[in-house]
Amino acid sequence: MKSLLKYLSDYKKESVLGPLFKLLEASFELFVPLVMSAIIDTGIARGDTGYILRMCGVLVALGLIGLACSITAQYFAARAAVGFATKLRHALFGHIQSLSYSEMDTMGTSTLITRMTSDINQVQNGVNLTLRLLLRSPFVVFGAMVMAFTIDFKAALIFAVVIPVLCAVVFGIMLVSMPLYKKVQKALDKVLGTTRENLTGVRVIRAFNREKDETVRFDRENEALTRMQMTVGRISALMNPVTYIIINAGLLAILWRGSGAVSVGELSQGQVVALVNYMAQILTELVKMANLIITITKAGACAVRIESVLKESSSLVNGGKMRPENEGKDAGGAAVRFDHVSLTYKNAGAESVTDISFAAGPGETIGIIGGTGSGKSTLVNLIPRFYDATKGSVQIGGRDVKEYDLEQLRRVVAVVPQKAQLFMGTIRSNLLWGDEEASEEALWEALSAAQAREFVEKKEGGLDAAVAQGGKNFSGGQKQRLTIARALVRKPQVLILDDSASALDFATDAALRRSIREMPDAPTVFIVSQRTSSIRHADQIIVLDDGQTAGIGRHEDLLKSCPVYREIYESQFEKNTEKREESGHEKQ
Amino acid sequence: MKSSETLIKVLRYLRRYWIFLGMSLIFAAVTVVLTLYVPVLTGDAVDRIVGVGQVDFDAVYAIGKKIAILVAVTALAQWLMNVCNNTITYHVIRDIRKEAFGRLQILPLKYVDGHSSGEIVSRVIADVDQFADGLLMGFTQLFTGVLTIFGTLGFMFSIHPWIALVVVCITPVSLLVAGFIAKRTYSMFKLQSETRGEQTALIDEMIGGQKVVQAFGYEKKAMERFDEINNRLEKCSLRAIFFSSITNPSTRFVNSLVYTGVGLTGALAAVSGRLTVGQLSCFLSYANQYTKPFNEISGVVTELQNALACAARIFKLIEEEPQTADDADAAVFADVKGTVDLSHVDFRYRPDVPLIADLNLSVKPGQRVAIVGPTGCGKTTIINLLMRFYDVDNGEIRVDGTPVRRATRDSLRRSYGMVLQDTWLKAGTIRENIAYARPEASLDEVVAAAKKAHAHSFIKRLPDGYDTVITEDGGGISQGQKQLLCIARVMLCLPPMLILDEATSSIDTRTEIRIQKAFAGMMEGRTSFIVAHRLSTIREADVILVMKDGKIIEQGNHEQLLRRGGFYANLYNSQFAV
Repeated sequence: MKSLLKYLSDYKKESVLGPLFKLLEASFELFVPLVMSAIIDTGIARGDTGYILRMCGVLVALGLIGLACSITAQYFAARAAVGFATKLRHALFGHIQSLSYSEMDTMGTSTLITRMTSDINQVQNGVNLTLRLLLRSPFVVFGAMVMAFTIDFKAALIFAVVIPVLCAVVFGIMLVSMPLYKKVQKALDKVLGTTRENLTGVRVIRAFNREKDETVRFDRENEALTRMQMTVGRISALMNPVTYIIINAGLLAILWRGSGAVSVGELSQGQVVALVNYMAQILTELVKMANLIITITKAGACAVRIESVLKESSSLVNGGKMRPENEGKDAGGAAVRFDHVSLTYKNAGAESVTDISFAAGPGETIGIIGGTGSGKSTLVNLIPRFYDATKGSVQIGGRDVKEYDLEQLRRVVAVVPQKAQLFMGTIRSNLLWGDEEASEEALWEALSAAQAREFVEKKEGGLDAAVAQGGKNFSGGQKQRLTIARALVRKPQVLILDDSASALDFATDAALRRSIREMPDAPTVFIVSQRTSSIRHADQIIVLDDGQTAGIGRHEDLLKSCPVYREIYESQFEKNTEKREESGHEKQ
Repeated sequence: MKSSETLIKVLRYLRRYWIFLGMSLIFAAVTVVLTLYVPVLTGDAVDRIVGVGQVDFDAVYAIGKKIAILVAVTALAQWLMNVCNNTITYHVIRDIRKEAFGRLQILPLKYVDGHSSGEIVSRVIADVDQFADGLLMGFTQLFTGVLTIFGTLGFMFSIHPWIALVVVCITPVSLLVAGFIAKRTYSMFKLQSETRGEQTALIDEMIGGQKVVQAFGYEKKAMERFDEINNRLEKCSLRAIFFSSITNPSTRFVNSLVYTGVGLTGALAAVSGRLTVGQLSCFLSYANQYTKPFNEISGVVTELQNALACAARIFKLIEEEPQTADDADAAVFADVKGTVDLSHVDFRYRPDVPLIADLNLSVKPGQRVAIVGPTGCGKTTIINLLMRFYDVDNGEIRVDGTPVRRATRDSLRRSYGMVLQDTWLKAGTIRENIAYARPEASLDEVVAAAKKAHAHSFIKRLPDGYDTVITEDGGGISQGQKQLLCIARVMLCLPPMLILDEATSSIDTRTEIRIQKAFAGMMEGRTSFIVAHRLSTIREADVILVMKDGKIIEQGNHEQLLRRGGFYANLYNSQFAV
């Protein structure tokens, strides 16, 4: 939790002043019983009405000063907490953005979003309450004892005994019950999981006649939850009665001491009343503190989770800026070269791609094909360094990709990912992701090449047509073509199409490939596909099988030499022949 | 549903625990009264400790003993009350959940299909929790709160009516102040939550699409946009939090006014001898606690309303009409041969949208029926009817000559093996999943089924083989592999009739070949219904049902349909053109 404190460092003043004003308020509160005792001992005993009125004036004044102090304290606390959360959110967002694919994979998007939103809110709340109350409550408790000492030493000893016993009970019960609450949550999660599973799998469950078994399982989990809740309930139900007993035992002790002391003149009646009042103050503050500690513990758990994200450093080390003299230099004919490359994903047992070597010349088209999980996407993800090869090296223009500045590398390599992802805004704003300075003309050129010009022209507003969140207002095929256009706007040297034409029909797919090839400064293109038709005209086809190269070559050669390729090809050839490739139309 | 009706239903659940409920009320009353009585006794004691030589030790001792006994009784009553409340709350929750889940198992599929699973889950989990917390805890708080207020008033008026009047008059000010601030801060909180929503949307988009963000080096732009919202959020959060946090000090100030008022009037009364110091100290302690139940009650009322709303939602689920029960003398299918007849079947999901009308189909044992048509044409409707997930509106479906409506659902469903495209696996090990139909199956049987389903080779390669745990969403294995597991699940018991749903996409060719092989092996000699996308499957079918817009528009085998030159011929030419 400590490492998060640095985000509070800009609010040192607020973090000190907030609690300080709170303490001021509390000390004024502590004077109240003393004033009351003076009213009793002086005002009432002497029948001095003027004195009573004056003292009541003092009470109101104490209340007013307390109010002012407290509002000031609330302001500083709110400022520090909100400012802290703002800074933390900024830092966390920046940090998450710097994480590489492999960290994103292990943590998961939804977790990260929770960290950014509800977790930070919880922490903000925790900081706010801590600044406001954490010092106040112990101060009042301790202060009450000190005040008791100023009244009577022996009576104060009662406080010195009661307070530690109360603390022990309150925190003891909390300490015992908190881990149990976690267990309750786990049991509840189980019940929830079973319910959800039964809804999503309702057809299968009924088809297999497993309703009764599922009900039995649910009842068992439900019963376990109830038992757990009862256990925790019994323990936390002790809190109020036990503290009540202790406080009243203290009260009795004060009366006992008081009666003795008053009869010999060591104490006055008003002072006994004051002592009784202090005892009552202690209880309220301790209850507040117990609640506060629960909130803080929750916030602490959130803070730890946030911290763990912040600790997760990106596994990618950015290469230095390319030296100017090397810029644009084409070292050795190959645009992209893989040299005995292997990759093992984080926490994975086995390599996902193993010992891949090939070289792609400038402007060449490379097809990559293979079964699910054969490592096709993995292979192309190594080129823009979404993952780092664990063995071997990947080179672009003769230089290891690790030597590139990341930003520069990704300017050279444009990727169209499997999942067509557009962002809220307009078509234009989405295309400008590729190159912020791209001209209107360049955008249309990219759209033409991506076979998207026609439907964009038809859209109301053309380039400025709105894109809903996630691009929901476009069909799958349209989204894919727009993401391809976005990559083309970049005018990359290497273009990667990661199964990104799957929703396009064969004719559009073919036209797309042709227009990319005919672009001026045609990029080196990698096409990952399930369809042989998409890659059969490639300059090289890499056939992957279980992470290994099963064959590299042109279509005709592979048909003869590579059984895996032949199997794939024949399974598709059966249903798609040449004719279909020409006459198909988009399925949407 | 009116809230009074809901309340009556709630009481029905409470009836089983009426003893606990009654005891809880009694203990609550005891606790409140005794808690209020202790300050009176303390005051009494103070009055016996007046000054030097003026201490009535015997009386103080007697009062002390009384206090000690009362405190012990109060604490015990309080604990017992808590235990009773817990017992009621947790058991009512359990009963309601149990009933809700039991109802889910017999609700018609129509209900489950018509509601998102998230919605139903939130009824069974969140609503039940809220209901129990709000209603039962709210109820006791309301009860003790009201009792405390009246008790305090009673004690105060019995000691000194005028001072009591002061307390009664000033206290509402604190409620007014709290209400005033709440009203003023409402718009600030609204702005805060709107800004938060805006920020969450951006976070969602940017982190959800991080791969694209990084690929296009959009990080800096994203950060700029984020910071802009973040700074706005900081400003409006600060306002909302600060202004709402004024409530506490303000009400505390009002409280101190009450305290001063009591002190002033009390002291003046004491001077004129109409009040003792002990009574004053007792008043002061009442003044300190008097506002608390008011603040609690105002919160409780909204909580109670909320709880009733939750309860109404849960009851709606629990009271949902279940599917028709099996007849008492229902037939039981055993060793089905596989003749399936549909005669004059009418069916529609919604009364106003006609779907299947007068469908006739006769399938002989071992025949293959392919159902084809464009996406969304209602191919799965046929599956729903065959499995009796839905019942036909008119007409009849017969298996081996017995109308399915007159047989038990269990035995009908047992006669079908079903593999859906929407592959559902339960959280658990691979072995548990394959043995889903027959949990007692031995490992050898499971492995044999997996081998027949061509799933053995990939299972073997998983880190824990057959004991590999699959998470709820089937994470860790691919879509195609999931489908192979679903096939293995059917392989294990292999019923006489099959319902298969071919996957349309996201499965690579090689896995698809395996699935094809597995399907072919299964269908050997069995009556099969296949929602088909692949040409080879369709061609080899004995009967092809061509569906469009929920209707069966053509029926026949491949050659017949092609010759007819109708919709099928068209579909075939555009999608599978050879």
